[in-house]
Amino acid sequence: MEGVLNQLPIGLSIGAVLLLIALGLTFTFGQMGVVNMAHGEFIMAGAYTAYLLQGVGFLIALPAAFVVAGLMGLVLERTLIRRFYGRPLDTLLLTWGVSLMLQQLARDLFGAPNVQVASPAWLRGGVGILPYNRLFIMALAAASVLAIWAYMNRTGQGRRMRAVMQNRRLAATSGIDTGRVDQRTFFIGSGLAGVAGVALTLIGPVGPTLGTYYIVDAFLVVVAGGLGQLRGAVLAAAGLGLLNSYAEFWSDASLAKVVVFVAIIGFLQVRPQGLFFVRSRALT
Amino acid sequence: MTAPAVSVRRWQGPAAFAAVFSAVAVLALVAAPLLLEPFRLGLLAKYLCYAIVALGIGLAWGQGGMLTLGQGVFFGLGGYAMGMYLKLNDAAGDLPDFMVWSGVEKLPALWKPFGNPVFALAMVVVLPVAVALLLGTLVFRQRVRGAYFAILTQALAAALVILLVGQQGLTGGTNGLTNFFDFFGRDVAADETQRGLYLLVAIVLGALYLGARQLVRSRFGRLLLAVRDGEDRVRFLGYDPATVKTLTFAVSAGMAGIAGALFVPVVGIISPALLGVVPSLELVVAVAVGGRFALAGAVLGAVVMGYARTYFSEELPDAWLYLQGALFVLVMTLAPSGIAGLAANLVRRREART
Amino acid sequence: MRNSLWRTGAVFTLAAVTLAACAGQSSTNDTGASSGGSDTIKVGILHSLSGTMAISEVTVRDAELLAIDEINAAGGVLGKKLEPVVEDGASDWPTFAEKATKLIAQDKVATVFGGWTSASRKAMLPVFEKRKALLWYPVQYEGLESSPYIFYTGATTNQQIVPGLDYLKEKGKKRLFLVGSDYVFPRTANKIIKAYAAANGMEILGEEYTPLGHTEYSTLVNKIVEAKPDAVFNTLNGDSNVAFFKQLKSTGISADQMPVMSVSVAEEEVRGIGVDNVAGHLVAWNYYQTTDTPANQKFVAAFKAKYGADKVTSDPMEAGYNAVYLWAEAVKKAGTTDVEAVKKAAGGVSLDRPEGKVTIDGDNQHVYKTARIGVVQPDGQIKEVWNSGEPIKPDPYLKTYSWAGGLV
Repeated sequence: MEGVLNQLPIGLSIGAVLLLIALGLTFTFGQMGVVNMAHGEFIMAGAYTAYLLQGVGFLIALPAAFVVAGLMGLVLERTLIRRFYGRPLDTLLLTWGVSLMLQQLARDLFGAPNVQVASPAWLRGGVGILPYNRLFIMALAAASVLAIWAYMNRTGQGRRMRAVMQNRRLAATSGIDTGRVDQRTFFIGSGLAGVAGVALTLIGPVGPTLGTYYIVDAFLVVVAGGLGQLRGAVLAAAGLGLLNSYAEFWSDASLAKVVVFVAIIGFLQVRPQGLFFVRSRALT
Repeated sequence: MTAPAVSVRRWQGPAAFAAVFSAVAVLALVAAPLLLEPFRLGLLAKYLCYAIVALGIGLAWGQGGMLTLGQGVFFGLGGYAMGMYLKLNDAAGDLPDFMVWSGVEKLPALWKPFGNPVFALAMVVVLPVAVALLLGTLVFRQRVRGAYFAILTQALAAALVILLVGQQGLTGGTNGLTNFFDFFGRDVAADETQRGLYLLVAIVLGALYLGARQLVRSRFGRLLLAVRDGEDRVRFLGYDPATVKTLTFAVSAGMAGIAGALFVPVVGIISPALLGVVPSLELVVAVAVGGRFALAGAVLGAVVMGYARTYFSEELPDAWLYLQGALFVLVMTLAPSGIAGLAANLVRRREART
Repeated sequence: MRNSLWRTGAVFTLAAVTLAACAGQSSTNDTGASSGGSDTIKVGILHSLSGTMAISEVTVRDAELLAIDEINAAGGVLGKKLEPVVEDGASDWPTFAEKATKLIAQDKVATVFGGWTSASRKAMLPVFEKRKALLWYPVQYEGLESSPYIFYTGATTNQQIVPGLDYLKEKGKKRLFLVGSDYVFPRTANKIIKAYAAANGMEILGEEYTPLGHTEYSTLVNKIVEAKPDAVFNTLNGDSNVAFFKQLKSTGISADQMPVMSVSVAEEEVRGIGVDNVAGHLVAWNYYQTTDTPANQKFVAAFKAKYGADKVTSDPMEAGYNAVYLWAEAVKKAGTTDVEAVKKAAGGVSLDRPEGKVTIDGDNQHVYKTARIGVVQPDGQIKEVWNSGEPIKPDPYLKTYSWAGGLV
């Protein structure tokens, strides 16, 4: 019985991980319609940033990874993706090519084997079934969501971002530099992947293929949540986390994954646009 | 000015197509088996299997606008149907080898009908088509499209892989089905059999290509193009885009199933890794490289990418991922309609000059 | 319409060119093979250099190349230098079969060293059997196999799993929880473990599998915590170990309270998992970097000299390194690289290797190996706490174990 109850916080913590890896996609995919398959590699870049900054301090790695992954995203946006706006399927293939190259780059820079990232001492131990590092990830996810919400709704930049997403042409005619907004959106979306990467070093392996483990799940969260919808992503991540947690508890890990996939396909039958949907004139 | 126009026109008729097509057919059916040593011929047969899948992708994606990242699912269904028959045939009444070491004592009911070659061969097409019809009906009715459809098919491929791997006693797990001996009375590994298989694959590919070409040129094909370019408008005209898309998706799935079934005796293995997200994506990219808007481009792309993969991984094993990645990026940025598009441009420019 | 026809024509022409290129390439390679055959002996090395398995297999390739260098420096084999032909299996089983065919048919190699996962070996097996060529497979595996064209230089189950269980039994760990990746080795290993447990009064509290590459272990850890086993028997492979140990560690259960016995975690993996997370837990292998033999001191020094002082050596690397030496010894004994002659000569070939004395069993083409149980140390090395005393005769089908009767 205790096990069943324990699955509740476990499910929420799985949901927090899902949310963290998917948050960046609510920007790049949700707002801009770019299917960025290299998102996983930006997560990896964040994890390697944490590896390089070991000893400097775990908390410093978070903003550092945000900047590193964000800059990588910015370069990608400026050099390639900018030519592909309005063609989401082409961005998918393009960024997949980029992700292959980034994986090999990581292999050449850091070697094929996993590298070791020690958890900071203050994250050892825990409360009940939930270790501190899980609680930290949940807190980080919550803080990220709050920060994004505040940014989108309480700052001029956020307002402009929403304006461009809802009606690009009208935004442009109102004097908004849509190109700049695109860059900023991509920077933030990619940067959030970096933050997720740092968090993942607490619970998972850090190696060149790290991104491939999370990319499909991340997209599923965004799809189930509804494009560009922060509350949708939060609810979808929590729901999928809980579903995964209980399905695995009562069966096994393989079956749980299948159950989650089938549930999403089924769910989209009922709500093809995801949990929440705002009609918009996005780039798609 | 008249002379070149005549020569151009001469290249446009059905006769010209027939000439080009038969030239390639002669090359593939006569020259290749004579020139290539068995190992290389086997590789070419493998690429041609992929080319059949690519043809289906070209149909669904290039003509119909449905980017499917889950063709591996249908490839796998066809492949496993064939593999199950070959395994049962080799076992000759006993249990297949992997069941023995997986601790299965009795042949599972799911396997029993696959001992019959007619049933197994029928399933090669029926299974993928049925799954595609079901999925298509569900998804396209709800007007799920574009990136959503792509991500869903991707999830489907991922789920099937996990399912296959998890049911080791039933499917051979990660190992898949391998170590076949007999292929309809012949030693599957013998050079002769392999040459025959190569010819079979080439002929099937040619036939499917002609069929797909016919489909694209038919009324249905024009409707498909219309759905790709303006689904809502087609709906307003009184057609049902969901049906058009579902049927096309099913045809492409059937092609992938046939390819999977041919792949098994040619390569000698079918395993979950072959149907996952990555191989499905690689084929889509191959189609993009070849040129998604021309069926022949899709075929060419699969052969070129298959060959490039083998060549680069032999010559520069460490750099393969860079090259593969760079190739996608270059093609997508500089030549979004692929080699076929480049070739067509070249020709168009020359025409303009004359 | 006009354009599409032009396009078709252009595309078909390109297809023809590609075909011609295929043919061209194959013929040039032919001449390369025949000219190389005179003063060198080609040997194939086939591991995943890309994809998920590269992480492990690259190190085995390095060890095999080191052995080839050393043999060449000592004058080669039969007066000829060895020439490695390296191919990438790309963590993809059909690719392993394709590259194996290429090495045999086109490069005409004398033998191939390669593979890591059982799936890659199963995919290559028909290629080697049908072409009557030799494969040396350097990784511990699930047994129940004895191909006449494969030599197995890693441990089979009775040289690793069974000693691991003996050790746990001796320590009074009677209630076990089984955790494994979802593929052949863990499932077969767990079948053996269950049979052993039934015969030895041990209890299996749970048996869980996760997909390869799985990284979310909180639910599984919760199940383990609830079952409260004396020990966990871990057959997870690759990256999953990192996630599993990190998440197990964060529950605060110590290695003393509930040790985890792992059979796929060696020195290299310990570094990726993080020593903190795995220190104090048990592993079962035949070799550690700390194994105290003169041959091992030489091996470790040579490996570090060639690949860097920060590199570690591990059991599969040592088994790959051995494979090259064992093959070379068999060739010397046979006086030829002919496959059948080498197979015949290989039986009984015995060498002092880093793990101690190894001898090829002529009947099943496995190797006599000493089993060793180790504990992961805080410095990332593994300290041996128990060994079998003498090399154990390989028994891939566990025929000499009465409790294993129902398994095969």
